[in-house]
Amino acid sequence: MSIKILGKSPGFYDSYERRPGSNKEQTHYCPGCGHGILHKLIAEALTDFEAAENCVFVSPVGCSVFAYYYFNAGNIQSAHGRAPAVATGVKRALPESIVISYQGDGDLAAIGGNEILHAANRGEAMTVFFVNNAIYGMTGGQMAPTTLIGQKTTTTPYGRTLQNEGYPIRMAEIISSLESPVYVERVMMADTRSIAAARKAVRKGIKNQIEKKGFSFVEVLSTCPTGWKMSAPQSEEWIKSTLVKNFPLGVYKDIAQQVEPLNLDLNLAPPERVSKLIGLEKDKLEIDTAALTINENIDEEIKIAGFGGQGVLSLGVWLSEIGMREDLEVSWIPSYGPEMRGGTANCHVKLSRENIGSPLVTHPSILIAMNRPSLEKFEDDVLEGGIILWDNSLIDVEPKRKDIKNIPIPATQIAKEMGNTRISNVVILGVLAGLTEFLDPMVVQRVLPLIFKKRHLLEINLKAFQKGLELGRELSD
Amino acid sequence: MSKQFVKGNEAIVKGAILAGCRAYYGYPITPASEIAHAAAQYMPLVGGTFLQAESEIAAINMVYGAAGTGIRAMTASSSPGFSLKQEGMSYLAGAELPCVVVNITRGGPGLGNIAPEQGDYHQVVKGGGHGNYKNIVVAPNSAQEMCDLTMLAFDLADKYRNPAVVMADGFIGQMMEPVDFPEPVTEFAEKTWAVRGVDGDRMNLISSIELDPDDLERHNQKLQRKYEIIENNETRYEEYRLDDADFVVIGYGIVSRMVHTAIDQLRVEGVKVGMLRPITVMPFPTNRIAELAALDHVKAFSVIELSNGQMVDDVRLAVNGVKPVEFYGRMGGNVPSIQELVHEIKRMMRVL
Repeated sequence: MSIKILGKSPGFYDSYERRPGSNKEQTHYCPGCGHGILHKLIAEALTDFEAAENCVFVSPVGCSVFAYYYFNAGNIQSAHGRAPAVATGVKRALPESIVISYQGDGDLAAIGGNEILHAANRGEAMTVFFVNNAIYGMTGGQMAPTTLIGQKTTTTPYGRTLQNEGYPIRMAEIISSLESPVYVERVMMADTRSIAAARKAVRKGIKNQIEKKGFSFVEVLSTCPTGWKMSAPQSEEWIKSTLVKNFPLGVYKDIAQQVEPLNLDLNLAPPERVSKLIGLEKDKLEIDTAALTINENIDEEIKIAGFGGQGVLSLGVWLSEIGMREDLEVSWIPSYGPEMRGGTANCHVKLSRENIGSPLVTHPSILIAMNRPSLEKFEDDVLEGGIILWDNSLIDVEPKRKDIKNIPIPATQIAKEMGNTRISNVVILGVLAGLTEFLDPMVVQRVLPLIFKKRHLLEINLKAFQKGLELGRELSD
Repeated sequence: MSKQFVKGNEAIVKGAILAGCRAYYGYPITPASEIAHAAAQYMPLVGGTFLQAESEIAAINMVYGAAGTGIRAMTASSSPGFSLKQEGMSYLAGAELPCVVVNITRGGPGLGNIAPEQGDYHQVVKGGGHGNYKNIVVAPNSAQEMCDLTMLAFDLADKYRNPAVVMADGFIGQMMEPVDFPEPVTEFAEKTWAVRGVDGDRMNLISSIELDPDDLERHNQKLQRKYEIIENNETRYEEYRLDDADFVVIGYGIVSRMVHTAIDQLRVEGVKVGMLRPITVMPFPTNRIAELAALDHVKAFSVIELSNGQMVDDVRLAVNGVKPVEFYGRMGGNVPSIQELVHEIKRMMRVL
């Protein structure tokens, strides 16, 4: 049994110090406005459920923008329509808190239509109070998405029409059509009886959150005597005679009792485990770089090009990974943007003793061409004296250049003979290791197990590398 | 310390997690999507939140909510998505909420293309939303800096209660380089202003509204003083071969990498050229550029950007007419070759 509060609820601040002016006791709402009543119902419920101290109240843009003057809670004021998104950020960070998102009809159903729909659809474990008074109050009585057909507002001076603005939108019905929300009800505040029913709905919406039941949505038909240009009693009468006919009251959905409480626990990893969890472990490869059999002066600019699926991007990454273990400066960049025109996937790899400036390779010292378009596209760019390593089992033309080292390798054919065409790029890797002086075979053989974790894959790739290495060595002799 | 060969976009996420970020809210967009992919992969492993938001607007507002609770939170996008976030950026700045927003910039305006461009400089650096605010902006030029400057951005954001932007072009996001990842940050200053859903915070308010013009002016003046302190204390830049340079080239992000190579080539030819690279663009190295402009051996400046000339405005303000300031830019996602830069720098040097 709850306590009837006659005075101000402790859910409100004792004195409204944030309110400008000398009046620190009353709200800024107009006489007869429904916001004050709804505020009171919420504050009372928060107090009764001992939830006020854990409450984060997210206020919108609209007349209730100043809700933070009043609620004795942590207060966050949000941008127009965004309260459910802000509340999502809060609730995910503070799952133990009671998060209330309070919005008016323009805020929730017009500019914030997307935010409310998706917060509801995700079933965010929050409570949303939606004040529907069929008008924009704060900005001066403009049409709301819930304004009735024929209703005159400052932006529908001749009345809202079907042709121009369409029908008023029914949010409770829309929200209740989603799977996730656990509780959706529309109530009104037009007389003592209806306020008592609203009170029940408010409490249920908050209770659901305390019990971790998920998303609750309470739409409240509320008075706006100023916007409607009516007296307070006329406003209450208009809700009962007119507004409610367009927005039928009732429980649209209530599965709170049927659903299990959500597990909202945060399981933050202890700091000492973080590096490991995100894959940052010390490199297990300890390579004695002093013992490497590679050239002192390395400055290779490599372009690898072919069809997608030939492993050209991967080959570039592996070269870089190996280079990094050889203590070289390395960079890799994929074909990207306008570079992608022309039907070839390619990547740029730089390996150097010096710091790498531009990661782009415009004039490669080594071109690896895995298909004909790639050879034709990049042949002319290769540095004089550079290497063109091309797959002559796939490319039926020869490079025209005579000032380069022409290295045809039937990589795909070799791979096919070894039983897996996908290893042609590792054959190439082997050829490079045998032919050039920037890849130490020992390092490659130690890096390959980091790339191919499955044993059968590792075995065949090590064989492919060995085959390529022998070929490369023959060619270099 | 752990060395890994990673994409710039992935280095951002690992750096963010090491900096203690435990909330990522974002919307997919090329060429920033790998950031979302990595956040989706790693955030749950450390007990953090990854949520693909319904829109860029929702994402930045989720960050607003998360930041309001005092946790380190971030989002990332690319140019068109960053435009959509401007409302939220303005509110974050107004409410003085710390957070990190990554913008992997691409070609514009409009849908533009997905190739690297630096046409967002004005929007990012001058505060692209409404009101008298600025973002803190760092501009990495390597995968290592994607990690390091993301971590720095979180620290600066917290220190000054201000949104910080990591602004990198598509190339820096897409390229892979070795990154030395540091140990995770374990000590954080307490945020007594935060709303943490506990009794002691019930007087705390996150808000950007000030109805009274005098109050709002005071708030704005406070923000401007803050930006001044940031300008005095947090400006970071790198210099290359400036000791005897006749000609100072200024570029950030991927451009600085290319200029670096072009300078090496020009130096071989005996051309005395050097580079200043802003690492922070808000705060901008205004004072250092003014100092350089006052040096006898510095004859002129040239700014190279992948844009119509945006940072060049800040350079001109810093140089203040003391020396000529030339500009060369490419747009649309085109990137100058080294030969092109060498040629253009020589052309611009004809003003000497």
